[in-house]
Amino acid sequence: MNFEFSEEQNLLREQAHGFLGEHCPMTKVRAVLDGDQPTDRELWAKIAEMGWTATVIPEEFGGLGLSYLELAVIAEELGRAVAPTPFSSSVYLATEALLLAGSTAQKERWLPNLANGTTIGAFAMAEGPGRTTAANLTAAAHNGALHGTKVAVADGDVADIAVVVTKADSGDGASLQLVELGGDGVSINPQRTLDFSRSHARLEFTGAAAEPLGPSGQGWALVNKLFDRAAVLFAWEQIGGAEAALEMAKEYALGRYAFGRPIASYQAIKHKLAHAYVNNTLARSNGYYGAWALSKDAAELPLAAATARVSATQAYYYASKENIQTHGGMGYTWEFDCQFHYRRAKLLSVNIGSETQWRNKLVQALEQSNAA
Amino acid sequence: MDFNDTPAEATFREEARAWLRGNVPTATELEGLDPIGQAKLWQKRKYDSGWACIRWPKEYGGRGATTIEQVIWNQEEAKHPNLPGAVFSIGQGMAAPTLMAWAKEEHRRRYLPKLASGEEIWCQLFSEPAGGSDLAALRTRAERDGDEWVLNGQKIWTSGAHYSDYGIIVVRTDPTVPKHKGLSYFFLNMKSPGVETKPIKQLSGDANFNEVYFTDVRIPDDQRLGEVGQGWQVSLTTLMNERAAIGGGSAGGDFKALLRLAQTVTIDDRPAIENPAVRAKLANWHCKRSGLKYTGYRSLSALSRGETPGPENSIGKLVAAPMTQDIASFAMDLMEMSGAVWDEGYSPDAGLFQAMFMAIPGFRIAGGTDEIMANIIAERVLGLPQEPRLDKGIPFNEVPTGAG
Ligand SMILES: Cc1cc2nc3c(=O)[nH]c(=O)nc-3n(C[C@H](O)[C@H](O)[C@H](O)COP(=O)(O)OP(=O)(O)OC[C@H]3O[C@@H](n4cnc5c(N)ncnc54)[C@H](O)[C@@H]3O)c2cc1C
Repeated sequence: MNFEFSEEQNLLREQAHGFLGEHCPMTKVRAVLDGDQPTDRELWAKIAEMGWTATVIPEEFGGLGLSYLELAVIAEELGRAVAPTPFSSSVYLATEALLLAGSTAQKERWLPNLANGTTIGAFAMAEGPGRTTAANLTAAAHNGALHGTKVAVADGDVADIAVVVTKADSGDGASLQLVELGGDGVSINPQRTLDFSRSHARLEFTGAAAEPLGPSGQGWALVNKLFDRAAVLFAWEQIGGAEAALEMAKEYALGRYAFGRPIASYQAIKHKLAHAYVNNTLARSNGYYGAWALSKDAAELPLAAATARVSATQAYYYASKENIQTHGGMGYTWEFDCQFHYRRAKLLSVNIGSETQWRNKLVQALEQSNAA
Repeated sequence: MDFNDTPAEATFREEARAWLRGNVPTATELEGLDPIGQAKLWQKRKYDSGWACIRWPKEYGGRGATTIEQVIWNQEEAKHPNLPGAVFSIGQGMAAPTLMAWAKEEHRRRYLPKLASGEEIWCQLFSEPAGGSDLAALRTRAERDGDEWVLNGQKIWTSGAHYSDYGIIVVRTDPTVPKHKGLSYFFLNMKSPGVETKPIKQLSGDANFNEVYFTDVRIPDDQRLGEVGQGWQVSLTTLMNERAAIGGGSAGGDFKALLRLAQTVTIDDRPAIENPAVRAKLANWHCKRSGLKYTGYRSLSALSRGETPGPENSIGKLVAAPMTQDIASFAMDLMEMSGAVWDEGYSPDAGLFQAMFMAIPGFRIAGGTDEIMANIIAERVLGLPQEPRLDKGIPFNEVPTGAG
């Protein structure tokens, strides 16, 4: 047993930290937030050049063939930097979906370009507010023609391809389709988002060319598998963000004086930050286990992933909101960077399903492990 | 990172498992013994076969095992519920590491093996009426008399003092210097003349902690740990290990019992576990438990690299204690009207949750209150400043005190 990242993985973390410090300072995040571009394409190209988009893709498909532990390390740093890129959509979802369900031909066609970043992928599931289920899906593909509307598609307006969850008449009621968003019959409409540095879009499909990804009627099972995998990586982004938010609150509290002493010396502030530290530590430790379960494709993955996801979601939400509170009025200004974490924490917390949904999955996994 | 055993670890686990299978005391063996007798029987048996305090060096009664082997042993031992033994936790978990760090070799060889074998039980004489959270405000005096020290004063809340053979104690040796500088640290024989132990009845109805009075108790200078005036520093060794020992968390029996309960009782004619509000709570608690477990593993990795347990261990108790209180309270809610009944023959899990509910307020206080733990994290982990205080830099005998 060994509960630590390896020396190489720690080196990778340092390297990623240094790289993002240079190429993704908060001013870059702010530029996307303030500007009219949906994402930072220059940063994306540099990230791809670093090989991060290729991390877990096997070498035969143009990737680096590294493990999910390396990808977790990168995710943490991207989260810490609040990077304004479609990394989570393209890497944790679209790439993973292809790895999970793609035919050899599909992998050969798409993975090399996802690996080098020239293709950006998105994942399209929701059709309206509320929880998506196999039963309430309406978008459907017949004879390779997709009809229907998907909403809140993260990075849908910058992606080249999308993995779309569609209704199936057989099996578990769902299928996955691979769609090129530049083709005919696709209309892309950006939706205003909570986190302007991560755009979302409404995708309308009117007979768009769609290729089945994985067997028809097994889409729902694939979505669950995909989400279990993505949850660990999302959790690591959330952990990185939560730590950055705590760090920000701490620095401010040390420098700000009230009633003749640093606000960091008041117990109400100290205990708030201590609790953020506790949440972050628990989330990180659950993240370790999740990352390990993912890297080994262990039988415990559903429980480990849900646990990591729920505790990271809670930790980031708490740290991001209490960071604002610690800053007082300054925290509520556009000018201060507190908003980035508050926005990103919420965005990440709903991207692959809410905390309520993941808590439910967690207990399902507990019931199964208790029964077994 | 690999949460699975290596082949060598798997072999060790199998060995531990096999030994446990053949040696865990049967009900008949324990029959007629009081809890201390039961604990001593089991501890001695482990010791005789090299399974006691396995991470300690062999010359001190251990097995010279690695930290990971200790984890494996703990995991395997925890699979046998209701083993006796909690009476040794203060001696083995706090006194022993302090002795290892500060005692002279001759004393280590004399006292550690008997701690490991369970033949001698130790207690921790730190808290006083005037010094709990603010431990360094303690007033028990020790004055030098040749090769001896003469002790006068009172300790309080001393768990197990009434059945202990030895105790570790911090006392004031100089009241004219600032309070942290005037302390010294000793160990003493609890049977020494002038030591008087009076049980205190706890809120739960049990009486496991005591007042201990000292009247002209003589301690050889030889039993001092650290220099005169270095008592605070030595105490920190004990306290860090206390947090690591207490922080480790239980084997998880309570949460499993809660899951079982939620699957058994019903809410509106459906198993309670199907209720979304119940599920939400179970999920939150599982996250904390699991987070604590793996935080513990990670700090063990640090230990195995030779680092001492750091203040980050304070999170264990800070998370576990209030959570356990909430779990116990919620379990009784699930029982509805029956929650009020505490009857081993009637209550689910023989009244486990009722017992927990009554024990846990003490757990939130013992070994550093929730508030002190949060302060420790804020100050020593995050580096936030202390609150202004009125006792810094002035002689102890000039520090303002309250009425009590
Ligand atoms: C079951 C049990 C077993 C024990 N066993 C032992 C033992 O074996 N040996 C031993 O030496 N001691 C033992 N203790 C004593 C224990 O360590 C003390 O009770 C504890 O440290 C608190 O001290 P106190 O009781 O004097 O409370 P106080 O220090 O008076 O605290 C009262 C309240 O004030 C709060 N408070 C105090 N200072 C601060 C601060 N700076 N900031 C915020 N809040 C503050 C506390 O959190 C608490 O809520 C035991 C206690 C219990 C309950």
